[in-house]
Amino acid sequence: MEGAEEMKHILGMTHLAKEEIESLLDSASSFKEILLRPIKKVPTLRGRTVVHLFFEPSTRTKLSFELAAKRLSADTVSISSSMSSLVKGETLVDTARNVEAMKPDVVVMRHGHSGACHLLARHIGCSVINAGDGINEHPSQALLDMFTVLEHKGRIEGLKIAIVGDIAHSRVAHSDIIGFTRLGATVTVAGPGTFFPCCIEELGALRATSVEEALEGADVVMALRIQRERQGRALVPSFREYAAAYGINMERLRLAKPDAIVMHPGPINRGVEMSPDVADCGRSVILDQVTNGVAVRMALLAHVLAGADKE
Amino acid sequence: MERILLKGGRILDPSMEMDATGDLLIEDGLISAVGQGIKADGAVEVDVSGLWVCPGLVDLHVHLREPGEEYKETIESGTRAAAAGGFTSVACMPNTRPPNDNAGITRFIVERAREAGHCRVFPVACITKGQGGEELTEFADLLNAGAVAFSDDGLPVRDAGVMRMAMEYAAGLNTLLITHSEEPALSSGGCMNEGRMSTLLGLKGIPAAAEVIAIYRDVALAELTGCRLHVAHVSTAGGVEVVRRAKERGVAVTAETAPHYFSLTEEAVAGYNTSAKMNPPLRTEEDRLAVIQGLQDGTIDVIATDHAPHSVLEKDCAFEVAANGIVGLETALPLTLELCRNRDIEPLRAVELLSTAPARILGIQGGSLSPGSAADVVVIDPGEEFTLSSDKLFSKGKNSPFLGVRLQGRAVLTILSGRPAHDPLGMLDKD
Repeated sequence: MEGAEEMKHILGMTHLAKEEIESLLDSASSFKEILLRPIKKVPTLRGRTVVHLFFEPSTRTKLSFELAAKRLSADTVSISSSMSSLVKGETLVDTARNVEAMKPDVVVMRHGHSGACHLLARHIGCSVINAGDGINEHPSQALLDMFTVLEHKGRIEGLKIAIVGDIAHSRVAHSDIIGFTRLGATVTVAGPGTFFPCCIEELGALRATSVEEALEGADVVMALRIQRERQGRALVPSFREYAAAYGINMERLRLAKPDAIVMHPGPINRGVEMSPDVADCGRSVILDQVTNGVAVRMALLAHVLAGADKE
Repeated sequence: MERILLKGGRILDPSMEMDATGDLLIEDGLISAVGQGIKADGAVEVDVSGLWVCPGLVDLHVHLREPGEEYKETIESGTRAAAAGGFTSVACMPNTRPPNDNAGITRFIVERAREAGHCRVFPVACITKGQGGEELTEFADLLNAGAVAFSDDGLPVRDAGVMRMAMEYAAGLNTLLITHSEEPALSSGGCMNEGRMSTLLGLKGIPAAAEVIAIYRDVALAELTGCRLHVAHVSTAGGVEVVRRAKERGVAVTAETAPHYFSLTEEAVAGYNTSAKMNPPLRTEEDRLAVIQGLQDGTIDVIATDHAPHSVLEKDCAFEVAANGIVGLETALPLTLELCRNRDIEPLRAVELLSTAPARILGIQGGSLSPGSAADVVVIDPGEEFTLSSDKLFSKGKNSPFLGVRLQGRAVLTILSGRPAHDPLGMLDKD
């Protein structure tokens, strides 16, 4: 495959240099301006085709990517797992080759297996954007989280970010830790012992011994969804106990800086990882995250295709 | 070809503690003389100066896939690969389809191997019917049919009570149990070593403790029952230590490791490389060094390949769903010789690990060049360099993390019962 090396993919935050992240966040802010106009469409990707392959259920991410592509005037097609050939026994590699034969410019994929997008990128002659692979990475979510923090705090470097929840099974946490630390923030994680992969420090995170310790003086407080579907077996004795011992409530939030913002990648289990009053309080930027998701994904699509143009 | 005289080679035979330059005479399929200045009128004389002459290698852990998965490997292709790798005997694991749990399948394997004629094949039969972990197979009947040991291979017997019973029964027949020691409650769902790399790659890991606990259980049961136990593919520092302590107590335990556990670490998985996926998984540098230490101090008795051919169907897919295992028959020798070049072990120890010890543990012929032995001999060029490429492999499986890697040391002549089984240079061609 000639020129395969030059093909731009977004497979994970781990592959993005600091400068690349900064330029993506920069262009996301220009795209956000477009979203605030009455006519929210630009011709940037006219004539381009974006295929969305979603092998796992998704509401927010899929909608967000589709909207982003449409705002850029790209043609979009979406395939979700219930209608795909994968359920008929076709291998991922075969699916990739068939999709490629239809000549798309970008494939945005979500898949239940870590590294599935890397496999796709090896077998397909167009750009691949990872919309979540197993428990590995979710780079567009990390970028929109970073963009949201930047909007509210004006900077990322030097901030203290607290992430509470199931770090081991969260691709969002994985990507956030890599992204925020690469831009100079300190990321402290907390949760029950069963929620940590080994060697968490290898990702660049500090592990707090309690939620209180993680929240102390934090600029950003992020709670992760308890993901029962990824755990295999219950890693906490009960939601009741989790809410009491690790949930973000108003009392715990007081430990953070007075101007700290509250984030959640969604969907929220209200009353479990976050109390309803925290989710809806003035410091919650959870819906800003959703809005920013479209702008960031527009930046990603434009970025990978800008690379293809140079060839 | 009645008589072959290999002249002027470095003869390495641990069974006679011999490491000396000399000649080796083969007559009628047997080794008839070994020593200096042997004369044999009318013999085919081969100058092997600068080369090593060793007893044919013995691999006590291979997967030949037949019956049932002939698209991955057949007894014909697997034994051809064995001969190319310098092996004259292999013991094949019972996880065929159906599994080798009855005398009919054992006889089929023995018969197929005889037809192929590249290498001796010694079937390892299942401990339990269908590898199900519940009912014992007919050990005595299987032994009569040609089985040399028992193992449930990659589906280790979960129930300690069943394992105890198997060991008691095996001890009564003075046969060997081979265990793939793994605690499934800890390894389930994992696809690589649990550690730094699994966290970086977002893959579920298998902790070293899954191996350590299971080896300890099996060693304790061997101690209880007096059964001879062989621990397959030790991959962890903790596993090496459990075996070391057991040997100190006098437990009848032996152990093997595979070349990848002393050549690679979990770093090889980077980029979701399914050619570096096997079970047990590649571990850390600390484990790798502990395995080498075990090879040096005698804790680990054997280097076995765990040759596990797969097709692209099982490997060209997401890492989590890819099959475990790599091919090893054609890379074991150069990888082991790398230990010699690094001065980790002496050449004589390498031959012991690859030939004499596994033959002794399995209770089969081989592993010796003493006069009267079957003429299973390998001539090795320890200096030959080559780049491993898939089109040069005799195995149907091309799943190796060493493809494209520069290796050194190769079998240039493999002799089975006095006949060439692999002779790429035509050394025994009659002019």
